[in-house]
Amino acid sequence: MEMPAPDPAILAKKSRLVGLLSDVLPPDAVVHDTAETRAYECDALTAYKCPPLLAVLPASTQEVAAVLKICNREGVPVVPRGSGTSLAGGALPTADSVVLGVARLNEVLETDYDNRFIRVQSGRTNLSVTGAVEENDFFYAPDPSSQLACAIAGNIAMNSGGAHCLKYGVTTNNLLGVTMVMMDGTIVEIGGEHLDAARLDLLGVICGSEGQLGIVTEATLRILRKPEGARPVLVGFESNEVAGACVSDIIKAGVLPVAIEFMDRPCIRATEQFAGAGYPDCEALLIIEVEGSVAEIDEQLKVITKIANKHNPVELRESQSAEESEKIWLGRKSAFGAVGQINDYMCLDGTIPVSALPHVLKRIGEMSKEYGLDVANVFHAGDGNMHPLILYDANEPGELELCETFGAEILNLCVEVGGCLTGEHGVGIEKRDLMTNQFTHEDIAAQLSVKDVFDPGWLLNPAKVFPLKTTESRRAA
Amino acid sequence: MTPKSEQDVANAVADATGPIVIRGGGTRAIGRPLSGAVLSTAALTGIKLYEPGSLTIVANTGTNLAQLETVLAGESQRLPFEPMDHQGLLGTKGCPTVGGIVAANVSGSRRIQAGACRDYLLGVRFVDGQGTIIKNGGRVMKNVTGYDLVKLMAGSYGTLGVLTQVAFKVLPIPEVAATLSITNLSDIDAQRALSLALGSPYEVTGAAHAPQGTNDMPITMIRIEGFENSVKYRAAKLKTILEGIGEVWVESDPEKSSAIWKWARDVELFHEKAGDVWRISVKPTDGPAIGAKLDADGLLYDWGGGLIWALLPEGTDARARLAGFNGHATLIRASNDTRSTLPVFQPEPAPLAAITKGLRNKFDPRGILNANLMG
Repeated sequence: MEMPAPDPAILAKKSRLVGLLSDVLPPDAVVHDTAETRAYECDALTAYKCPPLLAVLPASTQEVAAVLKICNREGVPVVPRGSGTSLAGGALPTADSVVLGVARLNEVLETDYDNRFIRVQSGRTNLSVTGAVEENDFFYAPDPSSQLACAIAGNIAMNSGGAHCLKYGVTTNNLLGVTMVMMDGTIVEIGGEHLDAARLDLLGVICGSEGQLGIVTEATLRILRKPEGARPVLVGFESNEVAGACVSDIIKAGVLPVAIEFMDRPCIRATEQFAGAGYPDCEALLIIEVEGSVAEIDEQLKVITKIANKHNPVELRESQSAEESEKIWLGRKSAFGAVGQINDYMCLDGTIPVSALPHVLKRIGEMSKEYGLDVANVFHAGDGNMHPLILYDANEPGELELCETFGAEILNLCVEVGGCLTGEHGVGIEKRDLMTNQFTHEDIAAQLSVKDVFDPGWLLNPAKVFPLKTTESRRAA
Repeated sequence: MTPKSEQDVANAVADATGPIVIRGGGTRAIGRPLSGAVLSTAALTGIKLYEPGSLTIVANTGTNLAQLETVLAGESQRLPFEPMDHQGLLGTKGCPTVGGIVAANVSGSRRIQAGACRDYLLGVRFVDGQGTIIKNGGRVMKNVTGYDLVKLMAGSYGTLGVLTQVAFKVLPIPEVAATLSITNLSDIDAQRALSLALGSPYEVTGAAHAPQGTNDMPITMIRIEGFENSVKYRAAKLKTILEGIGEVWVESDPEKSSAIWKWARDVELFHEKAGDVWRISVKPTDGPAIGAKLDADGLLYDWGGGLIWALLPEGTDARARLAGFNGHATLIRASNDTRSTLPVFQPEPAPLAAITKGLRNKFDPRGILNANLMG
């Protein structure tokens, strides 16, 4: 992936910037030693690395505002960073940029059970938001796989999802308000403890804008009462097509499971070797989870198993205990780790209409043979959000490039069948150059014009989301 | 102008020399009074795609909402956000369109649990103020590819573009619904009851309170939906939770339940009643205090107390009565004069107003689309 060449004028004024930033931040919040800036050289898309000029770790909204004011005046690009778990390179720096990490902004500011919200600083991790309310039996619904580490700031930037969003929605559906700092240092409050926008839905466009419109320092999040219970059922099938048809039939039947997860044979085999969850050796496997009281769960699972049985499953296992439930989820939850044991992998994130699942899985299988690279599929089937994991060897010259070409072909297939390039990971740098396959020049121009309004100098995370040549003149101006 | 295709819309906008008033079904005359050449979406009809197994429907914006809902009902599915029908409240006549509910981000009582219109909007196609055709989002349930202009378009009242096509996520219609009600509660007790219900694990999908219901008595209403046994179970559980507040009556006839929620959704309480209608969104527990401050001729609380419908004497500035509050107030029904003098939509702080203006200038640089509707 190409990144813009660093601006020599900015590189030359590093010490001046250190001085200016040290005037508004405590000494340990300005990271400028070249050995230490390496800690910020990449996110979870580790194939691409570049240490930033500097990193700053502000601990308040006011400090973020002071930093941005300086960077804006000095014309220095700023790369916002949550916990650095982006799989799309959303937090990848350039050599002339200042990384602004929100890790020190991790307080809970207010919990309100009567109105069902929590207000947190944006560096707080996703799981610890639930952690702050679970003793009162509440939870924060979006649950990305990286929830132990990922920050709410990054969740908002990427509009993160998770396994349970079939029922509860993604970040944007659970975000009530933000405190955000604009690139010029202006602090704005958008949304709040009430529902819906007063005028234009600015909150809606900020969520998912990949840190390009402003830096969110505080967020008001919707919290929900935990269901009385949840129970998964595991169903194995002899083909991907049959599993896909079963998903469609369940959805049509009027049951809305909280999650429908799908794994194909390569993924099942990998996780079995790794975690030994006791999955059947079959072509495709679904984990379907429903929620409610014991009787409600029984009733829903009765409907689901009846449908599943019509598709002649090779195995149907309804959890009978908490331990068994845990075991059913164990394989799914360790899938990425299991595949990582076999080889390096690239995780894609295209979303397709549920009806296109069998066709797309078949095509991926064919392409896998053409490219000579194995693919394991594990994904959120209920909402069509695929996660093909392409296996490659990073030490083998040319394999990363081959893998990227293969990945691009899969994503273009997703677009071709009516889907999109990314369902929950974001564009970052990874899918930047594929944007023109999903969008026309006019579609992209409309999006660029939104950034023009929020960040006229194009200093916030400027080399992301859009193909570099479409943003060149703006970044240079 | 009644363009027959998206390209016709683009041509009409590009060729326009003056203000354009976008018209769907003509049932929601909300905002500042407008003048200009009418551009009707009446000929942009048709459901373009419906996949029940993918929970997705795509329709052109001039499609009648009723027609879309009938098609969905044929597969036992629905738009989960329960869009209200403004005709009774505004005294309009027509057929609400799919585009209209998106342009005004119209949601009903279920919004408190299920989310708003914007939460179920998967994709849009629209024509901007220069006549350029733009798409955003798509037809899949999870999509973070590029900026989310879908949300920006929902509730923009045609001031950023003429919507031509929209895609929704839909959900199954539950087997049954039941409504729990308590009479004679004060606004404060009623709000407490609604918070208790919404904070329970029993998936309440409607939580409203009328200080003066149909027979002038206060009535507090809670809805649950789902499979029959589950609804019975949850009704019993909720009854126990609410026992300390008041006696709970359970209406388990789904048709009667449906009538109750149509009454709340469409604010039937204010139909045929003179006066201005304000719609105020606040934190639910702030509701009763806000309601008291308004000193209104009629009140209806929805969304657990956080949505307040208020009937006020003609020309009253509700915001002045509240003298600063957290949330927003919209003047939904008033004379042309009042809607020209009082801000219809909540005024924004200067930095946000600058962003809104900046976006308007980008999407409609000539300022011709529903110009000034949002003030």
